[in-house]
This record gives sequence, C-alpha cells and structure tokens, in this order.
Amino acid sequence: MAELGLALLLVGLVPVPAGAVWPQPQLVRESPGGERCRLSPGQFRFGYARSSAVGPGCAVLDQAFARYWRLLRDAGPRAPEDTRPWEPLCTELLVSVSTPHCDGFPDMDSVESYKLSTSEDPSLLSSESVWGALRGLETFSQLIWRDEDGMFYLNKTNIMDFPRFAHRGLLLDTSRHYLPLRAILETLDVMAYNKFNVFHWHIVDDPSFPYESAAFPELSRKGAYNPATHVYTLNDVKLVIEYARLRGIRVISEFDTPGHTLSWGPGAPGLLTPCYAGSIPSGAYGPVNPILNTTYQFMTELFREVSTVFPDFYLHLGGDEVDFTCWRSNPEIQAFMQWMGFGQDYTKLESFYIQRLLNIISSYGKGYVVWQEVFDNGVKVKPDTIIHVWRENAGPYQQEVARVTKAGYRALLSAPWYLNRISYGQDWQAAYQVEPLEFEGSLEQKALVIGGEACMWGEFVDVTNLTPRLWPRAGAIAERLWSNKTVRDLQDAYIRLADFRCTLLR
Amino acid sequence: MEPARLFLGLLCASAALAASSLHQRPPQPEFLLEELELELGESPSGSLWPLPRSLRILPRQLQLAPARFQLVHGPGSTAGPGCALLQDAFRRYYEYIFGYSKWQNQGQRPLPAGTELLQLQVIIVSKDSECDNYPNITSNEAYQLSVTEPVAVLRAEKVWGALRGLETFSQLVYEDDYGTFLINESEITDYPRFAHRGILLDTSRHFLPLKSILANLVSWHFVDPSQKSNHLVYPSLSGSYSYDHVYTPTDVRLVIDYARLRGIRVIPEFDSPGHTKSWGKGQKDLLTPCFNGEHRSGSYGPVNPILNTTYHFMTDLFKEISSVFPDAYIHLGGDEVDFTCWKSNPDVTEFMKQQGFGIDYAKLESYYIQKILDIVSSANKGYIVWQEVFDKGVKIKPDTIVEVWIGSLYTAELSRVTGAGFTTILAAPWYLDYISYGQDWKKYYSVEPLNFPGCEKQKKLVIGGEACLWGEFVDATNLTPRLWPRASAVGERLWSSENVTNIQDAYNRLVKHRCRMLRRGIAAEPLFVGYCDPEYRGR
Repeated sequence: MAELGLALLLVGLVPVPAGAVWPQPQLVRESPGGERCRLSPGQFRFGYARSSAVGPGCAVLDQAFARYWRLLRDAGPRAPEDTRPWEPLCTELLVSVSTPHCDGFPDMDSVESYKLSTSEDPSLLSSESVWGALRGLETFSQLIWRDEDGMFYLNKTNIMDFPRFAHRGLLLDTSRHYLPLRAILETLDVMAYNKFNVFHWHIVDDPSFPYESAAFPELSRKGAYNPATHVYTLNDVKLVIEYARLRGIRVISEFDTPGHTLSWGPGAPGLLTPCYAGSIPSGAYGPVNPILNTTYQFMTELFREVSTVFPDFYLHLGGDEVDFTCWRSNPEIQAFMQWMGFGQDYTKLESFYIQRLLNIISSYGKGYVVWQEVFDNGVKVKPDTIIHVWRENAGPYQQEVARVTKAGYRALLSAPWYLNRISYGQDWQAAYQVEPLEFEGSLEQKALVIGGEACMWGEFVDVTNLTPRLWPRAGAIAERLWSNKTVRDLQDAYIRLADFRCTLLR
Repeated sequence: MEPARLFLGLLCASAALAASSLHQRPPQPEFLLEELELELGESPSGSLWPLPRSLRILPRQLQLAPARFQLVHGPGSTAGPGCALLQDAFRRYYEYIFGYSKWQNQGQRPLPAGTELLQLQVIIVSKDSECDNYPNITSNEAYQLSVTEPVAVLRAEKVWGALRGLETFSQLVYEDDYGTFLINESEITDYPRFAHRGILLDTSRHFLPLKSILANLVSWHFVDPSQKSNHLVYPSLSGSYSYDHVYTPTDVRLVIDYARLRGIRVIPEFDSPGHTKSWGKGQKDLLTPCFNGEHRSGSYGPVNPILNTTYHFMTDLFKEISSVFPDAYIHLGGDEVDFTCWKSNPDVTEFMKQQGFGIDYAKLESYYIQKILDIVSSANKGYIVWQEVFDKGVKIKPDTIVEVWIGSLYTAELSRVTGAGFTTILAAPWYLDYISYGQDWKKYYSVEPLNFPGCEKQKKLVIGGEACLWGEFVDATNLTPRLWPRASAVGERLWSSENVTNIQDAYNRLVKHRCRMLRRGIAAEPLFVGYCDPEYRGR
C-alpha cells in the first residue's frame, strides 16, 4: 500500500478562517467583533465612486465588474433569499481610481496598490490606477465566504495592499506542445486570481513555430506542427494580449535566438547554420547563422513585426543554451572567426550576434529581457537590460543573482521555480520557501531584483495536464512575489492555499 | 491460467535456496532513465497497444467505407443479436473507428472490386459465449483476427476474447491524408500473458466522481487491464467527506456493469484492521479506543479485534459486499497496521494475556485476520490481501492471493510468497502516484514480473499485476493525465510476450496510442515533445 512517511508532510486540517485571501495582503484588519453583512448576488452591484477619475466606459473595470459579479452568481446553488431579513445586507462596492487612465497597457511601473474597506455599506475600494483596482476586486471576491446554507457573507475588514515585486510572471511554452487558445486564456484567468501580472509567452522554439508571421508566413506554414490548426493567428495573439490587459497582465513574447530555432529553418532558408560532417554539409542545421547579412535583415524585419504586435516595452530575446558544435563544424564560420580575431572562443561569436540583435531591438525603442547566459558570456548589453536567472545547476542561483545585480543589471528569478519539474508530494512548499532576496549584496543590489517567474516548460505538458500541474503550485510563487517577506508560515499557507484551491475549482 | 494450477501450494527446493540467499544480494539499483530522449519513428506494428502475441501485417491495403462497413455476428457464432454485451461493443467500436471524422460526405461511390473490407464478422466458438456472465480470473481472453478481403473474421472462444479482438481491430484501422479509412490485411493470434491486469484507484483519500471512474474504464479497453480493483468507500458507513461524496448502491452497480461490458472485473477493497479511521464515524465501538496512561485519549486506532460486536458487524458488512460485488474475490487489505493504539488499551492487553499472545501483537492481528477470512470464506468469496498479512505469518487459506506492494526487495518477496505456494499479484514497481520528472513510463515498462529467483512452478503463481494510483495527491482534476498513458506501459507488460521489450518500438506505438486516447476523449498526457491531430478537446 501507500503512504510511507507521508503523514510528516501533511499539515493538519484546521478550519479555514472566513474569507482567507491568497496571496496574503500586506495589511489586513478584521473587525474585532466579527461583524459581517450578508450578500445576495441579486441585490449586489459594483459601481464607480463619485470621486473616481474613471467611470462607466472604462472597459478594464466595466468588464471586471461583470466578471466578478458572474463569479458570485455562478458560485453554486443559491440559498433562498430573504430568509434572514434581520441580517444587514451589503449591497455595493464602490471603486475610486485617482488617475484617469484606462485604455493603456499595464507596464513595469504600473501602480498596483489599493485600499479596501468593507466596514460599511457601500464597501470602498480606492487605488491610484485601474490595475490596483483589479487587484482589489480580486481580494474583495476572496473575502466573500459562504456558510453551510449557501449564504454569502462579507466580514467587516480593512485592507491596505501592494505587491512586493513589480514583475510576477508565468512562462508557458507553446512550442514543445501547442496549447490551444482556450488553455492560454484560462491560464490568464487563474493568473489574475493569483495576482500574477506578466505572461511570458515562450511562443516558438526548436520543435515548432506556431506564430503566424505576416512578414514571414512560411515560418509557421513550414514550422508549425500543423499549419492549419496548430498556429496562433494575429487575431489570436491580439485576443490574448487584450484578454491579459483586461486582467492587468502584461504579455512579453519570447522569440529565442540564436539557439532553440530549429523550427525556423524550413520556413527561412539560409537562416540556420548548416552543420558539416568533415568537409561536406551533413544535412543537419544548428543555431542561427551569425555571419550572414541576410540573417540580420531577416531579424530586422521579424522583430519590426514582433515589436508592433506585442505592445509591451520589453521583448524577451532568449539567448540561452547555444550549442557551438555546429558552428565549429562549419568552415565558413571558422573562417569568419579567424577574420574577426575571435580565435576558438565561440562565445565571442555568440556575443557578436546578440550585440547586433540588441541594436536592432533598441532601434525599435524596445527594452529587452535575456536569459542569464548572455550576461555570463559578457555580451555588452544596455544598462536597462533585465537578466533572467534560470540555471539550476550552474552553482547556487543566489550567486548569479548577486553577480548580475553587482554589475548593475536588473534581475528576474526563475531558477527555483521550474514547475515543469515534478516530484512526489507537496512540492509547492519548496517553491514557497524561496526567498528571492537571500543573496549577498547591498541594498542597492536587492532593489535590482524586480521579481520572478514560474516556468512551465512544455516537454511533458500539453492541454491535458497543464492546469493541474500549474495550479495550485504556481500559487505558491504568486504569494512569494506579492506578499510581505515575513509571510512564510507553511501551516497557515497550507490552510489558505487548500481553501483557495477549492475556490479555483468553483 | 487454469484455476487448478493456482491452488498448488508446492514448495520447490531450488526456490527455497534462492530465497534464503537473498539477504546477501545488494538492493537492486533504480532503473536509470536513459539520458537521450527517443526519436519518434514508425513501428512496423503501427499503433497497436499492447502488442499482440503473434502478428502478421501484409502490405495489401483495404478500404473501409463508413456507410457500408458493418460489425456483425458471424456464421456459427454462439452469440447473436441477443448478446447485448457484443451489440454494445459493436456500436462503441464503430464510433471509435469512424466517429471522429467528417466522413459523411464520402464513401458513397463504389470502390474498385477487391479493395474493400465490408464486414468484421465476430464468431464466438464456444457453446457458452458467457455473454451474460461477469468476467473472472479464469476468463478466456484469447482471440484470432484475420483481415482479408472482403470480410474480416474475429474468432474467440468467449465474448471476452471478442472484446479484446475488437479493440485490436479498431487499432488496425487508420486514415490516410484524404480521409480514407484503411486497414492492412493481417493475421493476428492473441492472448494475454497474465490473467490479472489491474488498476487500483483510491476513492477514499480523494473522492472521485463517477464520471472520472467511468471515463477511465473507457480508456482502459484493452489498453489495459481486464481488471480493476477499486477502493470504494462503503456508502452505509458514510465516513465520507459529505453527502455529495458517496457512492450509492446504484453507482456501484453502474460501475460494475460498465466494467463488465468492457470485460473488466471490479474488485472492492475494504481494508482492515488498519486504514479504517473513516469507518469509526459511522459505526460506534468498531475502532479501538486509544489510551493515554489510564484514560481514553479520545483518539481511535485500528478495528477493535477483541469484541464480538466487531465480528458481527464484519459479517453483515461482508455479506452485503459479497452480494453487491459479483467478483469471486474481495481485497481485504491488511496492510500497515499500527500497534501503538492496541498496546495502549488495557482491555486489549488483558485479551492478549487470556489468549496467550504475550506481547506479540502480530498474533492479535493474525487472530483478527483469521476471523475475517473465515467470514469472507463463508460468504463464498476468495480473497486478496496485501503482503504484510503473509509476512507476519497470519494463517491464510492456500488459495489466498497475496499482493506484493513494498517497493524495496520486491523480487525477494515474490520468491518467498510463491515459494510458500501462494498465488501473487505484483504492484510494487507500479505505483503510479509516485511521479517524477521525465519519461517514467519507461521504468514501468522495463519491469519483468517474473525476474525473481524461483522455479517454474513459482513463476506460474504470479497471476499478474496492478498499477496503483493512490489518492493522496490525486483527485478528479488530475487523475486522467496522471494515469494515462503511464498505466498503458503496465498494460503492455502484463498482456504482451516477455520478449516485447524494445523501448524505441514501444515509444513509437505508445505515442500513437496516446493520440488515439485523445481522439476517444481521454485526456492522456503527452510522452514527450510533439502533437496529436486532433488534440484533446474535452469530453
């Protein structure tokens, strides 16, 4: 039979405090008397406060109101109304946003803080931006709880909340397995429930190229698993971006080069390096060919398109795991190396490529995120580059974070959060216990850690198992990145997370 | 496997020697996952899973026109249209074969003579087709399938073989790029290597809604096991999570019937005396009250073995279970009994003294199990127990089936159990709830159940195996992708020949088999990078 030693892991089940919130807000004050009001979906509305700088017509909030109202309405069979007329009703949540912007996209500097008070009816939610209001609405929806008869209640509570890190991301890999649009949209929904704010779309890679490019349609025609069904059309991409925007989530695309590009080859002849077996081409291809002008013309065109399609200031440019074997085998590349005086140091060739690529991206007025190798190999990057720390086995990642920030770059942490790596038991705990700022460095260095990302690489994940593998495990990372550093009690987290999981199921 | 053979409790000298020398053997190293991922290719056996015992696929292709093709009872079959089991199966397999494409606009034009397969004729040879029976441990699942123009013939002694053959036939049909359904002329003779090919689901640690269970019975097929053990929480005890979380007798009958129609046995497990906490709430005084010094601590331990009322209750319970579950076997559990509570209880201590057990609590456990076995025997049921019951020397009837589950040194345990003449089922290497990163199906696939020290007679006592998916971390949200296609690896190991061990060939077939499960609406997870057309669309 089963469970040796398991009991050790299980934390005792204790009744869940009413309306536990995930991730834990920075400051929660519940009314000491346990006062509450009853909430009836039919008699409750979300609205704008008179003081609000945004009002009806603001799509982000209009739609959020509708969304959260539906969640309330669809929460399961309802108890008969008016059976407890003596209980005070809560009838309204008024939202007040102080800056009048509504139609833009969230960005790295978006202010997500909010204040929420449910101590009187109407409840009040105030924030500087619509993005903060979205976070507050999520919190509000989690404060509502049900008693055994199915009645909804809201305890009198005051909350003051803001995120600890500005970049709280989740990576999905749509190349190793294609994920249908609905799986991506559903993930965006759950991200919002967890207050994640960046969707890192690792959209193409070696196995397939599902992105339909207007400039280079052959890329997906020849590089997708199936060019009719396993592709993301421009409309799909726009839908994802808008769906994300309405939930206060940025979409950062990653077109990883010069490695991880095998699927680009068939649709872009001449782009990849032909590998050689002795003196003749072997028929296999390696990374992007960095010695041809046509390569850079191609990249100029492709990233012109990508820069336009994806509105976020940042593009993720990849730059990880470049295998030099093929470059080494190719006589033309050898000649170029000699001519450039690179000797046998192929990292110099890689740097040469990345440097030119970065210049192209800069010329479009975009910033960039790169995987840590680009920094490790000493590529000259712009000071505002974000270095994405991912390697689990290249020494403790804390040291890499220290090096990156010491060099003055901003760092993004993923190394301890590869959710695709599964193991038996409650592995959310390991992810939860990570402390991103636990590395040797000055306060200035610590300030350069802008956040982290949970990564769900696609080797073994597709639509059949994505959701249960992501949730609630990614929730652990969400709390680590949002809540106060001191929120690390596993027992308390277990109770709130288990409750939150049940909420997600509804 | 003939029943007579199962019951020969013969010891053989070589086995006894081998078993005793086992202590010197180092623990077996963990199977190492190959570093390199496999390259996807074509298997000469197409997408067949599990691989039939003998298979000849000829190059000649025949077309199937959905509008004309029929699954019918063949001449001389002892089963006819009155056999609902086969009628249901015909409809089911017609849908599996054709139901997922938009064939409606094709197949009207006549095909050139001599290129079309018009029928699959199913012929049950034996006088008793067993159409209305429940499958059992001795059910004959062998079949012969001959695909030639213009009709294919599937011959089986019993309906159970026909079900396996229908699955194979459905796996032989494929679609070309124009949407034409094709099948190659083929000759197949097939029968299972092991009679007991099971899957264990745990519905106690997390409740599984009926539709999850049914969905997985669907995905089984031949994919898998002809058998399933099921930890069903007994409804009348209602130690369950809430009113929504019980299986009513109707549910249980539905599961049993659904399984029967697919040639799958349902074996309930009511584990005692340990693992019974949830029973306590529904049945007063059944569990042993634990003591803290001289006072009751308020907590409860295993079933209380010293009270007559316990055995009255168990008699009633197993009488009911025996009538609800038609299978000849009941799984009685008997694993992981913790003696701490018994030790703390003065009444139990007194009883131990009276019985002359000293402080050997294993004797008390034996005493309990012995009485339970008698109760179950008197209900005319056979029983399966977890290995501890054997390990602790409980006196069990010679026809008891011992299930080996403890992962370390399970080969030595197989030697011991079969050396003592007991029939055994292997589960130890197939705990699918223990997940790890990467293609762990290879690990399950590479197990050879008979690779333990012992003589021929001992090997024959291994009647099969079970893939176990315990429920600590599994509920309806992740059951299906966690189970499939990993359990399929176990399915082939238990069905196909011992020499079917080529991992590369298995990979090529299993990738296709997994895509087929998606087409049939089962959310089987991917083996590795790649895609299916169509992908999973939900049920």
